[in-house]
Amino acid sequence: MLQRLRENKSAQGTLLALPTMLWMFGLLIIPLLLTLVISVGRRSPDGDVIYTFTLDNYLRLLGYSTDCDNGSGSCFNPLYVQILWRSISLAFNTTFWVILLAYPLAYFIARANPKRRNIFLFMVLIPLWTNFVIRVYAWMMLLRKEGTINIIIGWVANFLHIPFQPLEMLYTPGAVLVGMVYEFLPFMILPIFTSLEKIDTSLYEAAADLGANGIKTFLRVTLPLSMPGVVAGTILVFIPVMGTFIVSDILGGRQVILVGNLIQRQFLDARDPTFGSAASLILMIMTLIVTYFYTRKFGFGEEIVVA
Amino acid sequence: MPNEFAVELRDVVKQFITPEGNKLNAVDHVTMQIKNGEFFSMLGSSGCGKTTSLRMIAGFEWPTEGEVYIEGKPMGHTPPFQRKVNTVFQSYALFQHMTVFQNVAFGLEMEGAQKDEIEKRVKRALEMVQLTGMERRKPKQLSGGQQQRVAVARSLVKVPDVLLLDEPLGALDLKLRKEMQLELKALQQQLGITFIYVTHDQEEAMTMSDRIAVMSKGKVQQMGTPVEIYERPANRFVADFIGESNFLEGRIKTLSNKEACVFIPELNAEVTGIPVSEGLSNGEEVTVSIRPEKIRIAEKGIDQNSFKGVVTNTVYIGTDTHVYVDLSGKRIKVFEQNRISRLDPGSFYTVGQEVLLVMMPENVLVLKKG
Repeated sequence: MLQRLRENKSAQGTLLALPTMLWMFGLLIIPLLLTLVISVGRRSPDGDVIYTFTLDNYLRLLGYSTDCDNGSGSCFNPLYVQILWRSISLAFNTTFWVILLAYPLAYFIARANPKRRNIFLFMVLIPLWTNFVIRVYAWMMLLRKEGTINIIIGWVANFLHIPFQPLEMLYTPGAVLVGMVYEFLPFMILPIFTSLEKIDTSLYEAAADLGANGIKTFLRVTLPLSMPGVVAGTILVFIPVMGTFIVSDILGGRQVILVGNLIQRQFLDARDPTFGSAASLILMIMTLIVTYFYTRKFGFGEEIVVA
Repeated sequence: MPNEFAVELRDVVKQFITPEGNKLNAVDHVTMQIKNGEFFSMLGSSGCGKTTSLRMIAGFEWPTEGEVYIEGKPMGHTPPFQRKVNTVFQSYALFQHMTVFQNVAFGLEMEGAQKDEIEKRVKRALEMVQLTGMERRKPKQLSGGQQQRVAVARSLVKVPDVLLLDEPLGALDLKLRKEMQLELKALQQQLGITFIYVTHDQEEAMTMSDRIAVMSKGKVQQMGTPVEIYERPANRFVADFIGESNFLEGRIKTLSNKEACVFIPELNAEVTGIPVSEGLSNGEEVTVSIRPEKIRIAEKGIDQNSFKGVVTNTVYIGTDTHVYVDLSGKRIKVFEQNRISRLDPGSFYTVGQEVLLVMMPENVLVLKKG
């Protein structure tokens, strides 16, 4: 038996993958199928699931409403479409700002001398040692009306004799964006750093040798060669941002509701698991569509992952 | 009218700080003049300063002291992209995200050349290195030799005044390397562009160069044609580094206008009639050097410069047989060409056999100490 296993490479592979496969099957595939089944069910008046087949939940998410003011049987209710749209655009926005902030820093770290480089990388990782939720709360302390940022601006205004009203920063879309960008920055810095670090410095010299100045070298050589890092980072940032609800919950208050918050509330507050399940699947489908088109164009950044 | 010298280094020093914090002159007061249209090689082992010198010409490094001139103009801190020189890198440094065509076109695009002009010149450059038809491949889809050709084409397409080559054949296997040596040399002659070639391979330097600068420890040990460097090495380092040599320590016993007689205490014998030229003085401690292939093994000696010894070892290497002869405790290498095909082991020298080594005076060199 053991002897045969030793000779059979593919059986070895299967055996090694088995624990993960069981794990994925039990905790991903089956729950996903359950979600699908529940999402086409109907909520009973006391919050249980009636198993049936109806697309009502999906239609509701897409704006179909029977609860209309104008007395007609159905009308368009933009609430959920707005939430979906807000989530997607916030995810794009976050990714955009994260790239914009992470790239120069990654570039700086990649070009630092090796001794300092490790210290910088360490500093990028340190925040991850603190719990995610606690770090978001810290932003609350910074952003609220009596928070650190307003206090400092107040001092400066006072010093310059400018009248000053504390800024309303907390519970705004801006606050959610700031929190998101902050949370996901390391996940962009690291892959970009990795791909930049791998670029042979003789390529920069070759570009200069062939007549390219610093800007042209960056645009024609550095940037294209570091794209795998940007792609990998984008996937690592975009997907979780689409589904997150903690940042918007804490920094957005009730003002900024995302799909994540919607799903959470359906299960915990509204007790409508059928609608929550439908929203979950819609979120997944949206994420898959965006990721599909993105990776079809840019790949998965596999040069980073594999090499 | 073009300057006589394509590149000139005047008293150039490049200092680096070692990780331990010490100052190190990687290039130490180097002066050299490279003529227009010349195939010039810098030859030396790693750390001799050859690559650093090349990088200073390219503009990747700036001299700590001294000045680099290109076509008679002092370069100062001129960045690489403003110098009319191009480099072929040891690692080729091809842009992996671009096709062969894009790689070669890159330099022309930077010049702002017209599209059809670029197309024409890239096509011609690829023809020159025999890569027609490979335009759309990525560097990873090419063999090492082909990648190296792309690197050459990418530099030559810019029609530089000087092409700098930093051990460009180092990564290729022997056969391909020899082929490429001849191709590069032919290309250089055909284009008439000055080539400055860095290598640690003496055979390569000898094969291709018009002139060679032998470098060691940041200094130029000797500059000259391959023949000069091999036949008249300036010092013991060069005699040892280029080819092989037997060295005997001695003292000048008598010195006439053109000839010297050197007493060798190790052998308790004299080597007489050695032609000398430069300032040696009577009684001076010198090193006598003779190439192994220039020693003759004889049955009977002539009057001068024949020494009796015992064969200690013979090594058959195909073209030659290396015979090691013990001369009063001093081991001397002799290379004998195998001019006659034979299989009989008895016809070769045998260990323990007594032989006479004849060193013709014109084959012996007197090298100054230090």
